[in-house]
Amino acid sequence: MGKPQKKKSVADRVRKVKASTEIKNNPFEVKINRKKFDVLGQKTKHDVGLPGVSRSKAIKKRKETLLKEYKLKDKSNKFVDRRIGEYDSQMDPEDKILKRFALERQRTQGKRSIYNLNEDEELTHFGQSLADIEKLNDVVDSDSDSEERGLLSAELTASHFGGGGGLLRKKAPGESGDEGSQKPKSRQELIEELILKSKQEKRERQTQKEESQELTEKLDQDWKSIQGLLAHKTPKAERKELEEKPKPDEYDMTVRELAFEMKAQPSERMKTQEELAREERDRLQKLEADRQRRMQGDTEEDSTTKQTYLSADDLNDGFLLNKDDQRMLSYHDGKWNLEDEVEKEEEDAEGDDEGDDKEEEDDDGDDNSGEEAEEEEDIDGESGHSDLESDKDSEQEGGDEEGPAGEEAPTKPCSSLSEEEKLALQEAARAELPYTFVAPESYSELKSLLHGHTTEEQCLIVDRIQKCNHPSLGMGNKLKLQKLFDFLLEYVGELATRCPPELSTVNKLVPQLYALCQLFPNAACKAMQTLLSDSAHDMAETLEVKGRTALPGLDMLIYLKITALLFPTSDFRHPVTTPAMVYISQLLTKSHVSSLEEVTSGLALCCLTVEYVTLSQRFVPELINFLLGILHLAVPNKRSIGYCLVPPFRLSGKNCNLLVVQNMAHTESWSRKRLPLSGVQGLKLKDELEKDHYRLSSLTTCLDLVKRCTLLYKSLPSFSHIFQSIRILLAKHLPIEGHPRFIQDLHREVLEAVSVPSVLQPPLVFSKRKPIPLKLFTPKIVEVLDYGKKRGSSKQERERERLKHKYKREFKGALREIRKDTKFLATEKLTEVMERDAERKRKVKELFGSLATQEGEWKALKRRKK
Amino acid sequence: MAPSKRRNVSAAKPEEPQKSLSRKEMDEKVERILHERRCANEVFDLLELLQAEKERDVLSAVSACSHLFSSLLQRGELRLGHLPKEEDMLAGSYSAEEKYAMFMRHRYNSYVELLVELLEHEAFVVKESSLCALMNFVSTEAQRPLQAVDWDGHCCFPRDLLKAVVRGLLSEKEDTALLISRFQEFLEKDDVRYYTMGAVSDSVGRVMAQAHGVVLPVYQNNVFTLMSNINMPKKEEELRNFLLDRDANREDWKAAKLKEHKRTFERMWLAFLKHKLPSGLYKKVLVVLHDAILPHMSQPTLMIDFLTAAYDIGGAISLLALNGLFVLIHQHNLDYPDFYKKLYNLLDPSVFHVKYRARFFHLANLFLSSSHLPVYLVAAFAKRLSRLALTAPPAALIMILPFICNLIRRHPACRVLIHRPDVTDEPRDDPFLMEEKDPALCHAMESSLWELQTLQKHYHPDVVRVATVINKPLGEQENELSELLELSGYELFERNLQQELKDTVALEFEPVTQLLQGSGGLLDQHFSLE
Repeated sequence: MGKPQKKKSVADRVRKVKASTEIKNNPFEVKINRKKFDVLGQKTKHDVGLPGVSRSKAIKKRKETLLKEYKLKDKSNKFVDRRIGEYDSQMDPEDKILKRFALERQRTQGKRSIYNLNEDEELTHFGQSLADIEKLNDVVDSDSDSEERGLLSAELTASHFGGGGGLLRKKAPGESGDEGSQKPKSRQELIEELILKSKQEKRERQTQKEESQELTEKLDQDWKSIQGLLAHKTPKAERKELEEKPKPDEYDMTVRELAFEMKAQPSERMKTQEELAREERDRLQKLEADRQRRMQGDTEEDSTTKQTYLSADDLNDGFLLNKDDQRMLSYHDGKWNLEDEVEKEEEDAEGDDEGDDKEEEDDDGDDNSGEEAEEEEDIDGESGHSDLESDKDSEQEGGDEEGPAGEEAPTKPCSSLSEEEKLALQEAARAELPYTFVAPESYSELKSLLHGHTTEEQCLIVDRIQKCNHPSLGMGNKLKLQKLFDFLLEYVGELATRCPPELSTVNKLVPQLYALCQLFPNAACKAMQTLLSDSAHDMAETLEVKGRTALPGLDMLIYLKITALLFPTSDFRHPVTTPAMVYISQLLTKSHVSSLEEVTSGLALCCLTVEYVTLSQRFVPELINFLLGILHLAVPNKRSIGYCLVPPFRLSGKNCNLLVVQNMAHTESWSRKRLPLSGVQGLKLKDELEKDHYRLSSLTTCLDLVKRCTLLYKSLPSFSHIFQSIRILLAKHLPIEGHPRFIQDLHREVLEAVSVPSVLQPPLVFSKRKPIPLKLFTPKIVEVLDYGKKRGSSKQERERERLKHKYKREFKGALREIRKDTKFLATEKLTEVMERDAERKRKVKELFGSLATQEGEWKALKRRKK
Repeated sequence: MAPSKRRNVSAAKPEEPQKSLSRKEMDEKVERILHERRCANEVFDLLELLQAEKERDVLSAVSACSHLFSSLLQRGELRLGHLPKEEDMLAGSYSAEEKYAMFMRHRYNSYVELLVELLEHEAFVVKESSLCALMNFVSTEAQRPLQAVDWDGHCCFPRDLLKAVVRGLLSEKEDTALLISRFQEFLEKDDVRYYTMGAVSDSVGRVMAQAHGVVLPVYQNNVFTLMSNINMPKKEEELRNFLLDRDANREDWKAAKLKEHKRTFERMWLAFLKHKLPSGLYKKVLVVLHDAILPHMSQPTLMIDFLTAAYDIGGAISLLALNGLFVLIHQHNLDYPDFYKKLYNLLDPSVFHVKYRARFFHLANLFLSSSHLPVYLVAAFAKRLSRLALTAPPAALIMILPFICNLIRRHPACRVLIHRPDVTDEPRDDPFLMEEKDPALCHAMESSLWELQTLQKHYHPDVVRVATVINKPLGEQENELSELLELSGYELFERNLQQELKDTVALEFEPVTQLLQGSGGLLDQHFSLE
């Protein structure tokens, strides 16, 4: 079947080639696709189209696929005639038969196994393999038909051996004729012999069989007699076996166990103390580096991005062959510097994961506390304490993730509780505290929750709220905790405004705020921003009305401090700390100092400002102005001063002598004390002595702040000009004779620091520009994508664009194909209908014709009759 | 008028029912007086009510009387011309008709006096209604003059009445700003305005002469409020809105001439400014001087004395005087010696903190925009400004640094301030003398703007951005200052807040355990949590 087809196809191909060249030369068959421009060296596939050819190809393809499908529509199965050459009119019937037979043979003779060399052919009898028959010694053959069968079989075998297959006869007709003439004599004998033999064999076999049957029967009987004896033992033995099987030997078991046991994985080695420390240090270094980077800010970022390597061939046209992720090969200590990069990436990834890790950690903490809580309920007070501990522990774990100080610091507040009395008290109190809390929906709810509890309890409550509503535990918890942060902030503010302020509670709540802030940085940022903008708005309003503002209350100071604790103050630009700094600057420039309370508030604000810029060493002019103003308050003689003050301070006025010590005798009994933060709200200074002491303390603080500023700004080019006024004031106007020794020392130190002769500065010059590389005439290469020129800026956008384009094209193509298919089918249907109609017409015509002849005949008959 | 309503309710309580007349009764009374001369004496009841304690009574009395007398005026039943005294009236031989007219005229006069007194009543409603009543009479009298028509046109305007009103407005005891703003609507009338200006200058001359050089803050403030409410017309044609309707007299009527207006205006202001002013008022005057006063004076140069005096005072007042001086120099050819030297000396740390910062730097920008200025002067300005910038708040810095850069751009010779490549190797001390008053001698040209280099370490990112500009050659394009001039600290704060978050907010990585920790525990060292 294959061969002739092949031939045909080859012939076809030849014809086709011939045809295609003809077609190609025929100008009516060719469609030339116009090109817009020639590209040198470009190979074009589609410059010439052959619409006729492609159409006919498409139709042919459809005929092969679509048409067949159409024909088979609504038919569940089909009749496949596989008879060879049944529909081939060119084949002779002889040939047909021959082929069919050959196939038959092939099918039966197909080698079962290629290694089976002997059994090329399996002999059969009645379709059964002879070998099988030989093996089967029919035991139950009855004697009655054995005779007949023997005869029949003998005849048949004879006919088989004598006659052979049609094949043999055909192959060698001459030979068979010769043999037939020689054998007839011996054949009779042979047959008789054979019959005899077979009879004999049969008899033998029968006797043998009978014997063996008898023997088996005998054996059975013997066995039965013995079986009674064995009956006792055998079941036991069997049982033993049964028992032993489910209980394999211990040794086996262990062996098997050992075999299947997980191979000991190379676990991570326990880290030594040293390594832990190093890891910690690395982590901190990374964080610090990150901070530094942010501190440098935009200006530096620009320069770093500019430092990407430019090749000498760079055209400066924005085209970069090497993408950003390609790294320059660099060497470090004679080795490739690859690891660093990898590490960095890993670290970045870690940084991302950190949040998740922490969450998990918190989860653990949760579980712990839950268990602990259960224990607590049914056992004694000791475990009751463990709840707190576990909380602390979990916090500590979290802290370990976060930073180094976590190990030492958080235990400290806990350690103060170690006294037994306190413990007892706490236990009693905690026994009343529920273990789960619903997250407060409003500020008043939180307040009522916390109302009437001690500081520790409040912390515990907040902690439990946080744990019970961990974001991993439920859908809405994230929002709830974010709200909790807002409420806590508000609560802290309220605590600070109370009289007296409950700052120790605030102090304890700060870690909670920190933890929440770490969970939701953006929400915390928003909350802090709202707080700042509200109070800045108030300040702007009072500024408009009065032209000045009051220094901030304690709550605002606390908020500013918390801002510094939660967010990095050294960033070049930060959504919270930058506005906070502007706010502080507003306060320092617009508020008047008219009382000792305001001095306290102002000094606290200055302290905060110094803290804000300690790391970044940034310059705050307002701070220097304010400190100068405060120092000016301590100058007794306001006339003929050689420095100029900056508003809001005035040379002379109502409260100009606020910090001037009234009675020098009071200075003797002064000892250095920290200023109370509650002094911002109101000072209770009974007499002049206390007031003078307070003044001296304020002065000390102010001087110390100046000292710190000098340290911070030492490197600035205009150092001496910045501190000029302060220098004059300290050197000439501030009386320190009679002041305590400590202040005198401090004063001397500051004065020395301030009067350092200014470092000589080189004149300013522009920073050198990098030489612009020469322009070379390398072609500018533009990436051409599926849809033409580059559209869309980011990678994702481009991918999206590409997909869109692709989809559009595919859609169009599919639509076209479908249209063509329907068209093809329609024509097919039409031709079918036409054919059917033609057939019908023909048949009708035929009928009419026959009828007409009948009629004619009948009429003729009639006529004849007549 | 919510408060008055409340008062009405409280007044409705019948405390003294026999004394207070209802509105209806009063109207009836007025009608009676108008129609039957027998009842003329009832006018005393009304006048008595004007001095009543209850506002409601006073108010209704005011309106009733005003109705009464204006209709009398309309009818011409008041005595015209010379008015004999009340005692003489009885003695003199007058007809009953004349006597009645005289009697009513006397009542009218006393009513006006009472109204002027009422201008100092504590309730604003009363003040307002009496003012309206008075002005109502002014207009009626202007239509039907009580005096015989003089040969001079302007005599028919009730100047005495207006003077009384002005006297009432310019109280020496209390702030009458509200009343004056009510009065403003009458100032729309050109002749009222003209005569008011005259009355004001009279009043100022009289009162200040009595004060003997002592400052009267309330009075002067009132005067200023009234004067600053006067909107002068710009063209002659605008003078159309008159209370007095006399087309015939317009040719030689002073109130109809812009020149006269200007002259009176000028006289009024000069009379006012001649005396010593409280410093707050100085500022207020100077703020409006350049656009509300100078253009309307017939001889603006007369202001030179005042302005130079103000310029010499120093501080914020000098800054404000600059504006007026600028107008005089620019438009009236004033030659002011050492103008730039004085301007230079105006620069002190407070310029960055005062309210009028924007105005000052706007003007300074104008003054220094001339390309004919000597280089040393511009350099001195740039250097001094940058030195002062070391004490400035960020909002001012964002403005002043581009300002300095603009100066350098305009005067390329000043580029040495930020780029001095020839003597790079020898570092030296700053040769600039901050204390030197003369910009020519302060050695600014030999210095560099190290202050800007210092400010590159400023805490505010935007300041750093504008300060780093000097590291590279400056572009040709000048910075636009107009938006930056008005920038306040609060606006800067808002701007910083509104910058949207890029991704996650950076957080502090050191865990917090205590409130006062962090950054070396500075707060902890100086403050306790008590």
